[in-house]
Amino acid sequence: MSDNIKKLLTIVTEAALENILIKDIERLGAQGYTITDARGKGGRGSRSAAWDASGNIRIEVVSDAAIASQIASHLKETYYDNYAMILFMSDVEVIRPGKF
Amino acid sequence: MIDPVILFFIFGLSAGLLRSELRLPPAIYDLVSIMLLLTIGMKGGIELAKQPFLELLPQMLVVIALGIVLPLIAFPLLRYLGRFSRVDAASIAAHYGSVSMGTFAVAVAYMSARGIYYEEQMPLFVVMLEIPAILVGIVIAKGFSKQTNWAQVGHEVLLGKSIILMIGGLLIGWIAGEEQLASIKPLFFDLFKGILALFLLEMGLITSKHVGSLKKYGPFLIVFGISMPMLSAVLGASTGCLLGFSVGGTAMLAILAASASYIAVPAAMRISVPEANPTLSLAASLGITFPFNVVIGIPIYYAMAEYIHAFFGA
Repeated sequence: MSDNIKKLLTIVTEAALENILIKDIERLGAQGYTITDARGKGGRGSRSAAWDASGNIRIEVVSDAAIASQIASHLKETYYDNYAMILFMSDVEVIRPGKF
Repeated sequence: MIDPVILFFIFGLSAGLLRSELRLPPAIYDLVSIMLLLTIGMKGGIELAKQPFLELLPQMLVVIALGIVLPLIAFPLLRYLGRFSRVDAASIAAHYGSVSMGTFAVAVAYMSARGIYYEEQMPLFVVMLEIPAILVGIVIAKGFSKQTNWAQVGHEVLLGKSIILMIGGLLIGWIAGEEQLASIKPLFFDLFKGILALFLLEMGLITSKHVGSLKKYGPFLIVFGISMPMLSAVLGASTGCLLGFSVGGTAMLAILAASASYIAVPAAMRISVPEANPTLSLAASLGITFPFNVVIGIPIYYAMAEYIHAFFGA
């Protein structure tokens, strides 16, 4: 059953970064990702998503632990200083392990 | 005498300041801005088709030069009078060198409500003016640094939503011509003012969110947000007069020069100069300059154009 346990990496960040992050995520080996628009409040103020420039997105990536932590550390190094971004990881049980 | 569309803006601004829950659904706001940009583009395209393109080239070069000069004037003011960091000053300068489509749309409505003629190539100039300041801003902030991914910047700048819609509209208007476009005229041209009113309602709500962050940044930004557009307008009006434009065209160029970007430039700066604080430039361009231009500025710039024409007797 341990094959079915993967990592879910969740990234909440500025919508402006979407295209760049997708490239990073694919380059680092993830098979796919899911993006949703998001709203909220944090250390860099409230992100109301009232219009393009203040929008937030949530990107979810399910992958092996190795790939997930590689993506996480790359994002941390590259974007933490200047962008509103949070990352968190959790274990998930997937139904079709072959997909990830 | 005040135009109803301006009242919509003031309404949105007041509702936002009172913390009302009012908000245009994001998809509607998108649609409304798409319609505005396409309409402005098509209007320009129809007229452009009537004149030889090559004659416009020298004018386009002058307008691009204006787009390069404006941020170069704004930058030292911000850096040495305002004491902003290099990246912040460069980013704000880029916003003020570029243009605001929303302000241009209001100007189009202002001119047509008063039956004032202006040169048809203005939408083309909007596109010309939007781009150079972004590049100048990036170069001031980072130099010709290898870090900057110019291909990405180019993609961001040239294929940004507002530019692509404007150019698309221009081409559609140009190719189809006035008679063919009559079939879609009711949706785009006849509804222009109503669409603009909705757009300005949402702009008022958005602006109200940025007025709050102004308090943090002190009085310099407020003074800059009003005096920089006035200075730019003088330059824009002089350029228009030199190019031999009518009073309306001169006023349009003054308005374009005075307006500050709040969509294309923030997006490009966020990617290319991430160290710059985005709320700083937005507080100035959206919180101060946009409302100033829309409510008070446009008539002032028109008067400025009249004065310059009377003075130099063009």
